[in-house]
Amino acid sequence: MNIDFSPADRAFREEARAFIAGALPPEIRRRVEGGLELGRDDYVRWHRILYEKGWAAPGWPVEHGGTGWSPIRRYIFDEEIAAAGAPRIMPFGVNMVGPVILAFGSAAQKARFLPRILSAEDWWCQGYSEPGAGSDLASLRTRAERDGDSYVVNGQKTWTTSAHWADWIFCLVRTDPGARRPQEGISFLLVDMRSPGIDVRPIVTIDGGHEVNDVFLEDVRVPAENLVGAENKGWTYAKYLLSFERAGIADVGRSKAQLARLKRIARAERVEGRPLAEDPRFRERTAALEIDLLALEYTELRALDRQAAGKEPGTEANVLKIRGTELQQHIAELTMEAIGPYANPYIPEALSDGWNEEPVGPDYAAAAAPRYFNWRKASIYGGSNEIQKGIVAKFVLGL
Amino acid sequence: MDLSYSEEQTLLAESVERYVRNDYDFEVRRRLAASDAGFGAEHWAAFARLGWLSIPFSEADGGLGADPVAIMILMERFGRGLVVEPWTPSVLLAGRLLAAGAQEPQRGQWLADLMAGKAQFAFAHGEPGGRYTLSHVAARAEPAAGGYALTGRKAVVHNAAAADPIIVSARTGGDTADRGGVSLFAVPRGAEGLTLRPYRTMDGLRAAEVALDGAAVGAEARIGPEGGAYPLVEEATDRAIAAVCAEAVGIMDVLRETTLEYLKTRKQFGRPLGSFQALQHRAVDMLIACEEARSLTLMATLSLDKPARERRRAVSAAKAHIGRAGRKVGQEAVQLHGGMGVTDELKVGHYFKRLTMIDTFFGDAAHHLDRFAADSA
Repeated sequence: MNIDFSPADRAFREEARAFIAGALPPEIRRRVEGGLELGRDDYVRWHRILYEKGWAAPGWPVEHGGTGWSPIRRYIFDEEIAAAGAPRIMPFGVNMVGPVILAFGSAAQKARFLPRILSAEDWWCQGYSEPGAGSDLASLRTRAERDGDSYVVNGQKTWTTSAHWADWIFCLVRTDPGARRPQEGISFLLVDMRSPGIDVRPIVTIDGGHEVNDVFLEDVRVPAENLVGAENKGWTYAKYLLSFERAGIADVGRSKAQLARLKRIARAERVEGRPLAEDPRFRERTAALEIDLLALEYTELRALDRQAAGKEPGTEANVLKIRGTELQQHIAELTMEAIGPYANPYIPEALSDGWNEEPVGPDYAAAAAPRYFNWRKASIYGGSNEIQKGIVAKFVLGL
Repeated sequence: MDLSYSEEQTLLAESVERYVRNDYDFEVRRRLAASDAGFGAEHWAAFARLGWLSIPFSEADGGLGADPVAIMILMERFGRGLVVEPWTPSVLLAGRLLAAGAQEPQRGQWLADLMAGKAQFAFAHGEPGGRYTLSHVAARAEPAAGGYALTGRKAVVHNAAAADPIIVSARTGGDTADRGGVSLFAVPRGAEGLTLRPYRTMDGLRAAEVALDGAAVGAEARIGPEGGAYPLVEEATDRAIAAVCAEAVGIMDVLRETTLEYLKTRKQFGRPLGSFQALQHRAVDMLIACEEARSLTLMATLSLDKPARERRRAVSAAKAHIGRAGRKVGQEAVQLHGGMGVTDELKVGHYFKRLTMIDTFFGDAAHHLDRFAADSA
C-alpha cells in the first residue's frame, strides 16, 4: 500500500502543469484567480486550446477523441487545471450529454454531435428541471408528442445554466403520460436551440449574476432522429448521466485553489496591524476547513483507487457531492468573512470584462460576497444534498 | 498509488477478525474490563503466539518488521472488538521508545520479553497541569551516584501497574516546556521512591498516577540521548496517535452498524425508526463521518515514515477530525438507540466511552487543530 503517485503519473503531472502554464492566456487566468466573470468566448477559447492538444475530453474513449487517461490521471489533470487558474471545461457537452450519446446514441448521432462537442463548436445546456419538477425530477411535465417524423415539444425548463449561450439543449420530456410510474414515460431528446418556439429568459440570482435561465418551449418541432436511445427509456439515461455529473462535483482541486486564495487574503488582511491569518480563532477555522478538505481528498482518492482496481463506481459519488459542495460553501463563506466590511460594496461592473476603475477596498474584495451568495446553489443543484442523503439512505444503508 | 492490502496484510486482517469474532465477543470483553488486572493474560499470550506483539519491531530485533499499515489493520480490528489488552501503551509506545533508544544488553532482553509476552511496559510522560503540551516535562532527573535521581508527578499513565519497567520522561536541563533537556529513563517497578496510585478508567482500561520521589536509576537506564529525547517522544507518540485513530475507526464502524441495525428493527408508531427521514439523514451523516475518519487515518498512517513536519501535519489532521467525528458518531449512536443507549447493558455505551476517551490520548481535537495550523502556515 502506498499513497504516492507513480513516477509516470508524477511525470504526467509535470507535463500537464507545463502545458497549462504555457498555453493558458494570462487574461483568462487573471479573471479566474480574481473570481471575475468569464464570457462564452473565454470558455470556448480555452476549450479549443485543450482541443488542439487532444485534451478536451479526458473521459472519452480514444477513438472518439478522448485521452485514454486513467481515473488517477484525470484527477491529476483536474487538479492542475484548478491550481493553474484555468477555467473548468464546461461540463454540459463533454461530461454530460457526450457520455450519454457515447453509451446510448445512434451511430449517426455519434458522428454528428460528438466531434462538435469535442471542438466546442456546439455549446450545450441541460433541460432537466421544471417549475414543478425540482428534487422530484420524475414528475416533469414537458410534453413531446410524436407527429410524423418529428416530436412536438411543449413545456418549460428552468435553472438552465448558460441556455443563453447554448446551441443545443438535451431535454428530458414526457412521451407517455399514461405510464405506470412517472419514471417510465420519459425520453431523452436533443433540441436545437435555434428551433422556432424556443424562448430563453434570464433568471437573475442573488449575487446579481446571470447564469441560469427559464427556457420556454412552444410547439417546438424536433426531428425524431434526435431521440437518444429508446422512447420512454430516458430516465435510465438521465441516471447514467447523473453518475457522471456527480463524480467530478467534489471538485477538490478547485477547493484547494480557493483555500490557498483564502489564506493569501488572510495574510493580507490586518487586525490592529497583525495579519488576520494569525488571529487564533480565524486560524482555527481555516485549519478545520483544511482538514475537512483533506478528508474529502483522501475519500476521493480511495474511490479512485477502487475504480482503478476495476470496481464499479458506487454511491460514493453522492457522498462526494454532499461534502464537496458543503466545503465549497464553507470556503466561500470564510473568504467573505475575511474581507470584513468590504463585503458590502456592490459593484457588479467590477466583476465584468473591461472594467478599469479603481477598486473599492482591496482588489480581491469585489468577488468575495457575490461568490458566497452565488455558491449557495451548490448544495441545491445536481440533486440537492437532501436528495443525495435520501439516495445513500436507500441504496447504501437499506433504510 | 495503490491502496489495496498486500497478501500478508489481508492475512493479518483475517486473522485478527477471526480472533475477535471467535475469542473476544462482547461478554468476554465485559468480563476482562471488570477483572482485577483489567486484561486477559491468556489473550496476551495468544497475541504473542500470533506474532501481534512483534509487529512493529525490526527483523534484526526478532520482530516482524511490518509497516504502519499492518498496525492500522490490527488496531482497526482491535477497535471493533473493543480490545482492552494494553497493546498501544506497552508494545507501540514503550516498545518503540525502547527499540529506538534503550542501551544494550537490556534493550535486547526487554524487546525479547515483550515480544514473547513475558513483560509489559508503560510510558509515563504527561503530568498534572501539563494537559497536552508534549514538551511539558516538569519532572527532574538529578545526577546521583552511578546515575540519576528522578522526582516528579506523572498523570494518567496507562498500564503502569502491569509494567516493569516504566519509561519515565524527566528533565536533565531546560525549563518546563522546552523541547531541549528532556530525557527518558527506564524505572524498575520496584524502584525505591516510585509510588503508583492505580485506578480504572471510564472506558474500562487501567491507568495510574505515578509519583517519583528521588527514585534512583543507573546510567544504563537512560533511553536515548541525555537532554535530546524530545524528537523520539514526538515520533513515538505520533505513531501511537495514528494507531488509536485506526482503533477509533473500528469503534465508529461498530457504532454505526449497530445503530443502523437498530433503526431497521426497532418499531415505533407502527413503522421502523429507519423509515423516518430525519433519522435517515442522520444515519447518512454517521456514514460520512466514518468514511472521512477512515480516509484521514489512512493518510496519517501512510505519512508516518515521511519527514517530521509532514508526519505531524497528517497525524494532527486525523486526530483533530476523529476527535470531532468520533464525538458526533458516539453521541448519535446513543441518541438513536433512545433510552437503551444509556444503559450499561448495551455495548453501544461502552464503545462510546472508549471513543470519547481516545480524544484525550496525546491531544484532543482542539490541541491537534492548533498543531495542524502551526504546521500549515
